Amino acid sequence: MLQIRNLHARAGGMDILKGIDLSVEAGEVHAIMGPNGSGKSTLANVLAGRESIEVTQGQVLYEGKDLLAMAPEERAWEGVFLAFQYPVEIPGVSTMYLLKAGLNAIRKHRGEPELDAIEFLAMIKEKVKLVEIEQAFLNRSVNEGFSGGEKKRNEILQMAVLDPALAILDETDSGLDIDALRVVANGVNGLRSAQRSMLVITHYQRLLSYIVPDRVHVLHNGRIVRSGGKELALELEKRGYAWIEQELRRTGAGAAPGA
Amino acid sequence: MATPSAKTLEDLTQREYKYGFVTDIEAETIPRGLNEEIIRVISAKKNEPEFMLEWRLKAFRHWLTMKEPTWANVHYPPIDYQSIIYYSAPKMKKGPNSLDEVDPELLKTYEKLGIPLAEQGRLAGVAVDAVFDSVSVATTFKEKLKELGIIFCSFSEAVLEHPDLVRQYLGSVVPYNDNFFAALNSAVFSDGSFAYIPKGVRCPMELSTYFRINAADTGQFERTLIVADEGSYVSYLEGCTAPRRDTNQLHAAVVELVAHKNATVKYSTVQNWYPGDREGKGGIYNFVTKRGKCVGESSKISWTQVETGSAITWKYPSCILQGDNSVGEFYSVAVTNNRQQADTGTKMIHIGRNTRSTIISKGISAGHGQNTYRGMVKIMKGATEARNYSQCDSLLMSSTCGAHTFPYIEVKNSTARLEHEASTSKIGEDQLFYCRQRGLKPEDAVSMIVNGFCKEVFRELPMEFAVEAQKLLGVSLEGSVG
Repeated sequence: MLQIRNLHARAGGMDILKGIDLSVEAGEVHAIMGPNGSGKSTLANVLAGRESIEVTQGQVLYEGKDLLAMAPEERAWEGVFLAFQYPVEIPGVSTMYLLKAGLNAIRKHRGEPELDAIEFLAMIKEKVKLVEIEQAFLNRSVNEGFSGGEKKRNEILQMAVLDPALAILDETDSGLDIDALRVVANGVNGLRSAQRSMLVITHYQRLLSYIVPDRVHVLHNGRIVRSGGKELALELEKRGYAWIEQELRRTGAGAAPGA
Repeated sequence: MATPSAKTLEDLTQREYKYGFVTDIEAETIPRGLNEEIIRVISAKKNEPEFMLEWRLKAFRHWLTMKEPTWANVHYPPIDYQSIIYYSAPKMKKGPNSLDEVDPELLKTYEKLGIPLAEQGRLAGVAVDAVFDSVSVATTFKEKLKELGIIFCSFSEAVLEHPDLVRQYLGSVVPYNDNFFAALNSAVFSDGSFAYIPKGVRCPMELSTYFRINAADTGQFERTLIVADEGSYVSYLEGCTAPRRDTNQLHAAVVELVAHKNATVKYSTVQNWYPGDREGKGGIYNFVTKRGKCVGESSKISWTQVETGSAITWKYPSCILQGDNSVGEFYSVAVTNNRQQADTGTKMIHIGRNTRSTIISKGISAGHGQNTYRGMVKIMKGATEARNYSQCDSLLMSSTCGAHTFPYIEVKNSTARLEHEASTSKIGEDQLFYCRQRGLKPEDAVSMIVNGFCKEVFRELPMEFAVEAQKLLGVSLEGSVG
């Protein structure tokens, strides 16, 4: 499904990703954890195609295709979805309108007929239940005046509507209280399937108590320095990221860039 | 990477100006320059009654004493008023009485502009007065409107057929000495539209004027006068285009609106004059005075403008709220791309009691465009309980463009309530990326974001033109995120 090979990327004049290798199979949920500044969000954004990030080396294959050669919208059409850490506001454009335009672009790409307003509405009616939001909410301008929790729920709703094959959740738990976290996690769990892979990016373990990953990777200084099962997240929770750094220093692995 | 960068997005902006063609038609043109003789020639060509000539000459003599205003936030080389041709008209047999007599070349021109002059065409619900350079070439649905007592004709015709109405209202809202460009217009105006809606009549269709500048080195100076008598209603729309030329052309129009007791005038503009090329060469100087007077109580004047063209725009559609309980509105979208400059806004003068005004201004700047909102809200002593709400939003689409806001407020009555809101935002890579991540192409994303920004204004436009305006905005700005 997704193969990342020796991925290097620069942003703002700095090398952020320094050789990421990662494979995700269909239906798997992988968690990417790591301290602030380790490159988690950069990885999410590179995969979605943000232009301010420059890929300097490496390759990403998505369903066998060269992902990095595609424009952001082409990636969306092919089934890549990013739940943003900071969803933007678009005044005067309703979520309904944006989603319908997005979904129909994707359907068109798949050779499926576009949904008209009535069909779309019927579909939305089902999806809103998943994230426990009022349908009227979708007539409001995209994210304008939304609370942090509403913005994140809106992201998950969009994911449900667009039905991606690869969903990347960029710190979807940040800024959520425990109730909102539960709603969002339930929404995500409801979307787990054998066809859908997920990359769950988070700083904290607590999200992973709700969304139980198949694999956990620890990102540090632009590299994956440790991979394991779900128990790795618990160990990190207990011992903190400092533990990883000590480990690294002790073994000398991945110390200085280029080492 | 093969993803379109900001650079290719910028290239997308450079869509051709669709209306830049020239109609090859034999024109009757008078010599360049401006003096009393020229004014007499224009007046004579129109067989005007003496009072019109006198008025023109008074305006001209006053104009000679005036200086071109320099306070606007626009920059251009000095205009040589002696090098302009003040009158150019397509040659035709004495004033066409019906559409069948209009030169087919002209009909073709309007067809090409998307304004078919056939009464059963796409604009079947809209009466059109077509102004080509200095004269009106056709007015549709005249007879049908006449049955309701509505007068809708060219200004020249109104001067001849309805001199009393013209005499009564001409200059009653914008006096001949109002400002430099209005005085110039008063001296040399060659045509325009006139509408009179009698008492209690609701005009059943949109009235509209379509202005086309064709001849080179010619200025267009038209005047529009709309009078809505007691209890009447009219919705009026104007559109404008011009050929692509390397030299600048002057368009100095005057629009006067009069609303009597309980009358409503809704005036919408979709302005798409040639904006000049990418480097700022050529384009129309659009220096326009538009003002409405709510003479009677509970009358209403509403301006809606979508300004996407012109090299320079200088216009402030305003309302004088004289009648008690009268209402003034101004909804504006102004776009400046490439080297375009716009200094536009409104004046709301509250004189009567309980008068209310609303100002919604949306400025969009792209490329090197400079966009200025300049507005004044004036509450006079007698305007007890007057209210105003102003909202000025600016959207920046590049790092080289500019947005400026100059709101002036003058309050002489302490019971007045005024609110002002302003915002400036940049259409960011963030918004664009977000939409593209959801599957939208960059040009669709930009158009969606910009249309969202302008929504409050677009919903004020008559249905037929709201769609047009959205498309126009898409073309003017496509991919101009830099």
